[in-house]
Amino acid sequence: MTVLKSETTPLQTEADIFRVRQTVRQWAIQQGFSLVEQTKMVTATSELARNTVVYGGGGTVQIEALTTGSRRGLRLIFVDQGPGIPDIAQAMTDGYTTGEGLGLGLGGAKRLVNDFEITSRPAAGTRVCITKWK
Amino acid sequence: MERIPILKIDDVLLVTIQVDMHDQLALTLQDELTTHIVTARAHGVLIDISALEIVDSFIGRMLSTIAAMARVLDAKTVVVGMQPAVAITLVELGLSLTGVRTALNVDQGMAFLRAASAQGGRHDDRPQV
Repeated sequence: MTVLKSETTPLQTEADIFRVRQTVRQWAIQQGFSLVEQTKMVTATSELARNTVVYGGGGTVQIEALTTGSRRGLRLIFVDQGPGIPDIAQAMTDGYTTGEGLGLGLGGAKRLVNDFEITSRPAAGTRVCITKWK
Repeated sequence: MERIPILKIDDVLLVTIQVDMHDQLALTLQDELTTHIVTARAHGVLIDISALEIVDSFIGRMLSTIAAMARVLDAKTVVVGMQPAVAITLVELGLSLTGVRTALNVDQGMAFLRAASAQGGRHDDRPQV
């Protein structure tokens, strides 16, 4: 697997969420994603970016364009140094929320992509890595 | 401040969301629409989302909240024009848009609201799912 290009940008404000969504859309188009695939990836981005800003207290996202030779994909790595998630299994459950959301963010985002990895340590932060292949 | 125009046609408020919504704009729309329902004595709210490229859980919650607030104020809400790719994504995301009536386009949405209004603006008696 080769990383064609990579970019890391801050996720601190609502405006950052908006901007990252636009960037992911552009990269998804460049990777040849269909409209449905683009929409799924941008929607997952929106959910996870909001988590980083609202629950993680801000952080960064690393966007990577990938290729295996025959397949092309996008990988996003969201990192924050927030309070962390004490019970990941519970946080992944639809309907579970500590905030004002619908509690669909993590579980919903997982369903929209091919690979989903989450690691979190209390008081140290959370890292979510998603990959979607064309 | 950036805001989304709210038009009034008879007793229906028409909102066309033409920008990729960000969070503050969504909250502003929610507040203004609720106020307009009362001041304009509206019985219907039609929200055209045909220009929206994504509907995430935040926007989904905004639509459900608007529909719930409108219902309490005796107005019905119809969301129209959802793009097919958005609909597919919404279902996989797990968003059911509880309490939100949808129609394919503005014409069909207006027809539904007019029919509902012609019945005397009675409360929605469809079973709640």
